[in-house]
Amino acid sequence: MKQKDIAALLDEPACEHNNKGKSGCAKPKPGATAGGCAFDGAQIALLPIGDVAHIVHGSIACAGSAWDNRGSRSTGPSLYKLGMTTDLTEQDVIMGRGEKRLFHSIKQAIDSYDPAAVFVYNTCVPALIGDDVDAVCKAASERWGKPVISVDAAGFYGTKNLGNRIAGETMVKQVCGGREPDPVPPGIERPDFKVHDVSLVGEYNIAGELWHVLPVLDELGLRVLCTLSGDARFHEVQTMHRAEANMMVCSKAMINVARKLEQAFGTPWFEGSFYGVEDMSRALRDFARLLDDPDLSQRTEALIARMEARLDAALEPWRERLRGKRVLLYTGGVKSWSIVSALQDLGMTVVATGTRKSTEDDKARIRALMGDDAVMIEDGNPRNLLDLYWREGADIMVAGGRNQYTALKARIPFLDINQEREYGYAGYDGMLELARQLCLTIESPIWPAVRSVPPWRLAGSAGAGAMTPSTAAAEPPFAQDSTAASAARTGQGQAKRGQDSAAAGASAGAREQRATPPDTTSGTPTQAQTTVEV
Amino acid sequence: MAEQPVTVGQSNSGPRNAGQAGALTGGQTADRANPTTGSPGQAETIGPTIVKRNKALSVGPLKASATLGATLAFLGMHRSLPMLHGSQGCTAFGKIFFIQHFREPMPMQTTAMDQVSTIMGGDDAVVEGLATICKKHDPALIGLPTTGLVETQGADIKRAVRQFRSAHPECERVAVVPVASPDYSGCLETGFNAAVRALIDELVPKATAAGTRPGRRQRQVNVLVGSHLTTGDIEHLKDLLERFRLRPVVLPDIADALDGHLAESDYNALTIGGTPLDELATLGDAAATLVIGGSMAGAADLLAERTGVPDHRFPHLMGLDAMDRFIATLAEISAEPVPERIERQRSQLQDAMLDSHFALGQARIALAADADLLVGFTQLLASLGAETVAAVAPTNAPSLRAAVTSEIKIGDLEDLEQLARANGAEVLITNSHGVPTAERLGIPLLRAGFPQFDRVGGWQRQWIGYSGSRQTLFDLANILLGLHKGEIAPYRSRLKQWPEGERDGQAQDPHHGVAAA
Repeated sequence: MKQKDIAALLDEPACEHNNKGKSGCAKPKPGATAGGCAFDGAQIALLPIGDVAHIVHGSIACAGSAWDNRGSRSTGPSLYKLGMTTDLTEQDVIMGRGEKRLFHSIKQAIDSYDPAAVFVYNTCVPALIGDDVDAVCKAASERWGKPVISVDAAGFYGTKNLGNRIAGETMVKQVCGGREPDPVPPGIERPDFKVHDVSLVGEYNIAGELWHVLPVLDELGLRVLCTLSGDARFHEVQTMHRAEANMMVCSKAMINVARKLEQAFGTPWFEGSFYGVEDMSRALRDFARLLDDPDLSQRTEALIARMEARLDAALEPWRERLRGKRVLLYTGGVKSWSIVSALQDLGMTVVATGTRKSTEDDKARIRALMGDDAVMIEDGNPRNLLDLYWREGADIMVAGGRNQYTALKARIPFLDINQEREYGYAGYDGMLELARQLCLTIESPIWPAVRSVPPWRLAGSAGAGAMTPSTAAAEPPFAQDSTAASAARTGQGQAKRGQDSAAAGASAGAREQRATPPDTTSGTPTQAQTTVEV
Repeated sequence: MAEQPVTVGQSNSGPRNAGQAGALTGGQTADRANPTTGSPGQAETIGPTIVKRNKALSVGPLKASATLGATLAFLGMHRSLPMLHGSQGCTAFGKIFFIQHFREPMPMQTTAMDQVSTIMGGDDAVVEGLATICKKHDPALIGLPTTGLVETQGADIKRAVRQFRSAHPECERVAVVPVASPDYSGCLETGFNAAVRALIDELVPKATAAGTRPGRRQRQVNVLVGSHLTTGDIEHLKDLLERFRLRPVVLPDIADALDGHLAESDYNALTIGGTPLDELATLGDAAATLVIGGSMAGAADLLAERTGVPDHRFPHLMGLDAMDRFIATLAEISAEPVPERIERQRSQLQDAMLDSHFALGQARIALAADADLLVGFTQLLASLGAETVAAVAPTNAPSLRAAVTSEIKIGDLEDLEQLARANGAEVLITNSHGVPTAERLGIPLLRAGFPQFDRVGGWQRQWIGYSGSRQTLFDLANILLGLHKGEIAPYRSRLKQWPEGERDGQAQDPHHGVAAA
């Protein structure tokens, strides 16, 4: 991919980061960088298209350590779960045999698996040695009469975010408009019930959560022509241009898709989320508004009223258990406001949230939800998150899988909110699952035990024989808190908690067992010494 | 020297060492395999036929990259932080791979190569990355594995490190170990060996220069462990050595770093265990070196050459024969009698072989793994009369010659599936990616190797030793018992005097469900 094409993709007028010095694709710093590359982003964005053979053209690291490890679900085909790679060897690189191997690989994939299409992902090594992947794909497509799409997003082009955009751009340019949508199956449309075609951009059906949303859309007569890309098929992506309205789900990563579809086909779009009662209802209303169908609006309002009433009743017992619990939320950014409102729906207090990738608009939404003194986390390094957790006296960390072991190693409750998670939280029914999972970890009986020190190591343990592990657990969990700094942090946390329990009352008893922060200044790891026992 | 195991002394020249390593991986293990297979000796000395990759596309890759193997070795060092020299995805993917397997936070960084540094040279990124890590985390060690990207680019990683040294004298205390581990060559196992070799090369001083002398620390034994050993395996190894009153120094000790324990402090940017760096200076004073895994030959050769410490090499430690040789070696090194407890464990394994040979005899196993694990499994299976009817390794390796099977395909899980189907395999042994393969084949799966992402605790399972082998036999036998082989289909005689309700053949067992009712 040419530098000027990349620059064009980085310039995204619909994204507010454009107006600031900070771009979503700012240069990463060696030695202090987290997150994936452009290839990662492109693959994540498209891999859920189920009936496509996804071939990674490169050496083994790109596919070998990443195939079939994400939770995107499919109603039918499992081809997308089959890792395919040209697995370039040293000889291929030296002798320049990459293109030839790729050409034969495409044939092999078509012969063995008869896919609806073949996607070829370029990666660093072939990009560097100059394999003309576009040309190979074109030739293969002509030779075997199958769509073969080149996704040119080598890792060194930039960040995951850029890869998302490249993937979206590729779909808009090379796939959308390939065919007209099927007619609506007979017997569904009536004079008083018109079916509208819509698309969902940036919905990946993680853990099957799209299936919590689709029944509601079906009921309203909203036919999802295509999701990009959860449980999608190639022939659905081809019809995406005919949507009457597009929804950008939760993330600005593929905002270029929505904007370009609007430019080319005049499709209106909105940015929304299926997380939380409020946002779910708002998404439905936004569809009705963009589709401008009074009948739909009316049916939408009726459905929302019914759903919200039902869910409200179903959530009540959970709210009682979760009310007043304090959450540290770190999603990396864009989805923050959506999750904040979902957690607030459950009666929880969000004490801080990540805004690293959020735009000013996102932040304004967060302020509106959390109040002006909302703590916004710009730097989500693990040390910062934990310090904030202790300082704010939080009860649970809700974050991406990358931080799961940050939380668990610090012995604090955790809920995974990102793409590797195993449960779906979208839609009205997803809220119940979210509540269940939150309770599961917060109320787990393990916390006192995992924070306990062995009874024989407690000071003045003359009567240690009488001390059971569980009574020991009520003590500070780690080494004694000796520094003034951490004492101050604890104090602050206690104060916040005090206000909070005054408001919420009920769960004060459980607070007693909350972890206090360890003394991080003296937290040098113990030397590993293996000695001979004589 | 005719005695097994091969002992490499300081006086040995390089080529002779290499020859012995070859003999070990080939001939020596082959004649161990003979009595267990009952097949003629000639075939075994040649070893299985290696069938090279013959298709363009790899489907269901079995291979994990050499870069990750090198990273894993560095993660077995104390207060260490590997920084992969490549684009940031190389690290991000690797991190997820290891986090899902070990369920631990993984300290890993990246030089974050972008378009400019890819075209103009990545040395500055290396220097900047190293300096940033030193300043932020003050590690004992930064491992620096290269990726396919920078090797293709032609990066001179050692020069970059020299540049870092002259630009940042304040970081002098931090050891930096670069290693060439491009992912277009080798696999996890070879990258692991390369990194251990690089650690020795950078940090173990020559005996003549440092004044180390083999045997000065009479009870110290160095243990070079291959990547096929789990944290449970390494813990067991240490236990065994300690029972002989020996002091094991394991390199690299992933069991101390990644065993899944809680540290005192709530967060660590570096590894929270592993081989302490200063132990490397003592390797030359050890009484002996034990090398586990044929893949570790390169690292072992260098250590022997550097220190002159005699070494004892073992292709793997699965099954009675391999363990007998190992324990006999420990007894010899330590000059201690074999503890009763170990003799009991040996006897327990013998008993388990008796119990499980009915199920395992003639069992047909499909197996896909890196070479050392594959060799170990085929020999263990053969020792019970089970047959490895489909074997796939991600890359070719000299040690594969010791595998007890007729043919090894260098390939992927698609190859494994086809071979398993063609040869009527009854059980599959491979990593978690084998789940859909096993489902399609309709046979059970035993998970072994990297990665195991759909189970808790797969990383710590102990496979080696008398006790680990015993558990493996039990588990395999139980899987096979579950298949109910040899069950005879009921035959309904038309001459039998059927009660009224049973005559049509459709009738239920009249007593079925009586208890419930």
